[in-house]
Amino acid sequence: MEKSTWTTKVGLAQMLKGGVIMDVVTPEQARIAEEAGAVAVMALERVPADIRAQGGVARMSDPELIVAIKEAVTIPVMAKARIGHFVEAQVLEALGIDYIDESEVLTPADEEHHINKHKFKIPFVCGCKNIGEGLRRVAEGAAMLRTKGEAGTGNVVEAVRHARAVYSEIRRLQSMGEDELFVYAKQIQAPYELVRQVAEAGRLPVVNFAAGGIATPADAALMMQLGVDGVFVGSGIFKSGDPMKRARAIVEATTHYNDPEIIAEVSKGLGEAMVGINLEQIPAEQRMAQRGW
Amino acid sequence: MTIGVLALQGDFREHIEVLRRIGARPIEVRLPQHLAAVERLIIPGGESTTIGRLLNRYQLLEPIRARAGRDLAVWGTCAGAILLAREVLDQKQGGQPGIGVMDIRVRRNAFGSQLDSFEVPLVAPVFGEAPLPGVFIRAPQIVGVGRGVEVLAEVPNGGIAAARQGRLLATTFHPELTDDDRVHRYFMEL
Repeated sequence: MEKSTWTTKVGLAQMLKGGVIMDVVTPEQARIAEEAGAVAVMALERVPADIRAQGGVARMSDPELIVAIKEAVTIPVMAKARIGHFVEAQVLEALGIDYIDESEVLTPADEEHHINKHKFKIPFVCGCKNIGEGLRRVAEGAAMLRTKGEAGTGNVVEAVRHARAVYSEIRRLQSMGEDELFVYAKQIQAPYELVRQVAEAGRLPVVNFAAGGIATPADAALMMQLGVDGVFVGSGIFKSGDPMKRARAIVEATTHYNDPEIIAEVSKGLGEAMVGINLEQIPAEQRMAQRGW
Repeated sequence: MTIGVLALQGDFREHIEVLRRIGARPIEVRLPQHLAAVERLIIPGGESTTIGRLLNRYQLLEPIRARAGRDLAVWGTCAGAILLAREVLDQKQGGQPGIGVMDIRVRRNAFGSQLDSFEVPLVAPVFGEAPLPGVFIRAPQIVGVGRGVEVLAEVPNGGIAAARQGRLLATTFHPELTDDDRVHRYFMEL
C-alpha cells in the first residue's frame, strides 16, 4: 500500500471538480458552507476583503481555528500558507488537513522561491495568471492550480483575464510545431516536458479552478463557461447579505453553468452582493495577483 | 442502450472518457429529463454531501429510487457508493440526502484525511486474474452487506471495496482514474 501518491494528490482535486470551495472564518460558517453544498472549505482568520481593508502582514491562520473548522465539517478542509513559507506548510501538514493553498492572498515570505511541494505528503494548490506560471508551480509539485484573479475585490475582471490567458495559450500550444514548442517553453519559463504534455493533451496536467473576485452565480457560471473546472469563492459569500442563499445559488449555477434559465432562477432575490472594488482604485503594489514568481 | 453519467459534481468527465474509449456514447445527466433517457447510470466520485443536495434540489432522488436495480442499472464510485447505500455512517451534522437503495452499510472518510489516501492492488476474480489498480481518495469503506449482496473485492487492510446487488454496483475506489477499464466493461453488461 502506497500513501500520498501523485495520483491521490491530483485525484482529490478531480473529486472537487464542478464544485465550489468557500472561504470560512468560523466553524459556524464552515457548517453553512457544507450545508449549502460546498465541496470543500478554506479555513482562514480573515477573508481577503478584510485582509485588504486592514492591511499589515497576513500570515497562516491560528492552528486552533483550523482544527475547530476541520472538526465542524466532513468535507475537505484547505488552509493557506505564505508563498515560500515551507514551515507554515509543515505545520498545516501536521494538522492533518486535506490541501494547502500556497497563496498570494497572504504576504509572501520569500520573494524568489516558492515552496518545494514535492517534499510534502499533503497536496498543494497554487495560483497562476498564465500558463507559464501555472506550469512552474506544477514543476514545483502543485497538484492543483487556480487562476488568481484579484482576491477580495468582488470584481471578476482579473479572474476572467487570467482564465482567458491560460485557455487561449493552451489553444495556441496545440497549433504549434515541435520546433516552436522548445522556444515557447523558454519564453514562458516553463519546463519543456510539461509544455509538450499540454500541447499534446490540449489541457493542463492538473485540475484548474477560478478564484479572485467571484461574487455572483453568474460570475461562477461565466468562469465555468470559460473552461475552468470549478470555483473558489472567498469574500463573496460571507460578505454578502444572505450567505446561505447566495452560497446555494453559486453551487447550483456552477453545476448548471450552461443553463441560463436555471442561473436566472437561482439569481433571484439573493439580497445584497459584497461591495465591489474597481481595479483602478487599487495601487499596483497592493495587487495580490502580482505576488508569486 | 444509453448510458448516463450523473454530472452534478465530481469526476464525471473521467468516467465519460473511459466509456468513450470502450465504444459507448454516454450522456451527462443533470436533470430528470436526462435521466429518463438512460438505462444505465454512473454516479461519479465527488462530495456526497454536494451531490446529495443537488439530487434532492433537482428532483432526481425519486426517479432514481423508482428505477434503480430494475430498468436502471446504477454504479456508484466513492461518493456514488455512499449515495447508493441504505445506511451511511459519519454523515455530516444534520444528516445528508441519499438514494438509499442498496443493502450496504458505508462509513464515510473511513481511512482518515487526504494524508491517508492510498493506492493498492485489489484482488477481484470477477474482473479477471490480474489485480485491479485501487485508487482510494478520502475513501469510504463498505462495513456491512445484507443478504443478496455479493462482495467483489476487499481492501487488504480491511473492509469491502466493491459489492454488487443485482443491477446495483458499488466501488469505494476510482477505476475511472486508471487505464484499467474492466469495471466499466463489467457494468456495461450488468
